Amino acid sequence: MQILKYILKRIIQTIPLLIIVSLISFFIIRLSPVDPLAELRLNPSVSKETLQAETQRLGLDKPIIIQYAKWAKSFLKGDLGVTSSGEKVSTKLKERIPNTLLLTVIVIFLAWIVGVPLGIAAAVNWKTPFDRILTVLTSIGMAIPSFFFAVLLLIFAVKTGWFPVGGLTSSNFMDMNLSHKILDITHHLILPVTVLFTLSLAGLQRQMRGNLLDVLDSDYVKFARAKGLSEFKVIFKHALRNAVNPLITLLGFEFAGLLSGAALTEYVFQYPGLGRLILEAVLKSDINLVMASLMMGAIMLIAGNLIADILLIIADPRIREGAQND
Amino acid sequence: MIRDLIKQLWKDKFARIALIVLGVIYFSLLFADFIAPYTKDFSDRSMAYVPPSKIFTIDENGKLSRPYTYNYKREFDDVDLKIVYSLDRSQKHYINFFAKGQPYKFLGLIPMKRHLVTTDNSGRLFLLGTDINGRDVFSRILFGGRISMTIGFLALFVLFPIGLLYGGIAGYFGGKTDIVMMRFAEAVMSIPSFYLLIILASILPSGMTSVQRFMLIVIILALIGWAGFARIVRGMVLSIKTQEYVQAAKSIGASNLRIIIKHILPQTTSFVIVAMTLSVPSYILSESGLSFLGLGIQQPDASWGNMLKEAQEYTNIIYRPWLLTPGFLIFVAVLAFNLIGDTIRDVLDPKSKVR
Repeated sequence: MQILKYILKRIIQTIPLLIIVSLISFFIIRLSPVDPLAELRLNPSVSKETLQAETQRLGLDKPIIIQYAKWAKSFLKGDLGVTSSGEKVSTKLKERIPNTLLLTVIVIFLAWIVGVPLGIAAAVNWKTPFDRILTVLTSIGMAIPSFFFAVLLLIFAVKTGWFPVGGLTSSNFMDMNLSHKILDITHHLILPVTVLFTLSLAGLQRQMRGNLLDVLDSDYVKFARAKGLSEFKVIFKHALRNAVNPLITLLGFEFAGLLSGAALTEYVFQYPGLGRLILEAVLKSDINLVMASLMMGAIMLIAGNLIADILLIIADPRIREGAQND
Repeated sequence: MIRDLIKQLWKDKFARIALIVLGVIYFSLLFADFIAPYTKDFSDRSMAYVPPSKIFTIDENGKLSRPYTYNYKREFDDVDLKIVYSLDRSQKHYINFFAKGQPYKFLGLIPMKRHLVTTDNSGRLFLLGTDINGRDVFSRILFGGRISMTIGFLALFVLFPIGLLYGGIAGYFGGKTDIVMMRFAEAVMSIPSFYLLIILASILPSGMTSVQRFMLIVIILALIGWAGFARIVRGMVLSIKTQEYVQAAKSIGASNLRIIIKHILPQTTSFVIVAMTLSVPSYILSESGLSFLGLGIQQPDASWGNMLKEAQEYTNIIYRPWLLTPGFLIFVAVLAFNLIGDTIRDVLDPKSKVR
């Protein structure tokens, strides 16, 4: 019950956050000297009525506060307007968001199942050659610019012909049966996942290693050892639980970092995700699309942090106590 | 304390190598005009995408000779339908050290003509090949590095005062001020930083001078990072402000701002140093990413990111791998900063065993 109450409280707390985010985004975009409808006006396939409707919807003839109010009202109703090529923004987002989520979720999942064990292994073998080699490797992994790594992999793909060089699906995707479809998507995902995986793996491994080393140094672990428990039991029954908790907090940050890193990776691999969408929108100064994808990015980030918080409450009883006194 | 820190850094093997590498990089950037065989804007349109010059020290008779190079000839291969470059062996171009070449201003002040290495007037010395406009990649790496390697520091100098003051005020006053200020900072942090970065960069008006654009990109980078920094400072201030000496300053009648700036913020120095070295690489990466997309530093100015822009066409890169060098340099610089950052963290917090 207590947990539910706390979770509910956290969810309610995100509402003012979202309002401020939308205000910031709205004003930044309106600061730009660009006419939000310029592209639409130039596009001959967009009818006069659509233009009129957009001007009305955005309230472009009114002061900026009223424009914001209008935008917020239609946003809540789920009406995000049309893009400069006349499509609905919401359809575009519905198409792209799952792709970005797919990419980031796979990367986080892989980074955790590889990074956490590697972190443990490094901490247990602290200062051995194994640990040192891993440290060097993670330093390298953290220093490669994501877009540069993506370009290198792209060259590799072109030279060997082993991987498709962009997109998420092959051109004949529609004619495939289900298992082939899954294979095809996996094949396309390998390179972008490799880039982002390398980046997050390095950070995660280091964090896990550092946390576990700190915990292994604490009194209760020393006590457990003194009791004569096997090293295996000490690490897996006592130390690990406390070392993983900070990582859960990091999960939210990691998600944020991935969304940003994914933008460049998506761009290089021509991957149809949210990051590339926002980039295209920015380059075309497609205001509706920019605004909507900015909000979606923020919502995803806040949701990621929320999930991390909730997981932490479930994993760490101390936070539950704290939440009660809150 | 700073001197101690550097001494400790020097003791660590990795950190020492990193310091030397960064030293070499910054030294060559400082004297870029002298080291580069060509100026930033020198271009020879007939020499687009020329491979790196081959340097010979043994002449055709098998004897040791002064180092010399041949120019490249551009020919069109009718069979394969592509442009091929071959060495024009008809004329040797000797490589001269400290010889006169294109005029420039040494350190931006003293007019000079001498370059570290050049070749004769009709010869072309392209140590790392040329780009699409026939500009020397090696020279442009040096000039581009000046932008890429300083923009991060400049952004930090803009961001730290803002973050310190913001976090200081929020933490010191507490209560409603704190809640409102922190909610705003959290909101800024809730926008994926790279999304915010490209949007801010895209609303920059076109037709600015390159200096204006550079300064605005510095400010944009700072706008991305201040919130996270302010939040941590606030946390530190919350605990510092309960200490007795702060109470004492208050009872003497010092103004709030004075207490924050003179008594509280100086306590955060060691954290500021760590945060600074740790975040320099992320700004180098942000700038290069932004320029890579064409939203950062614009042509004809060079930065490591915008030089890699040509690497986006992979057909280009397979045949012209020398265009990738700026990417390796970004990697090396970031790696060096990370190694130093790790060591500093260890020195200031001996308990942490992250490395």
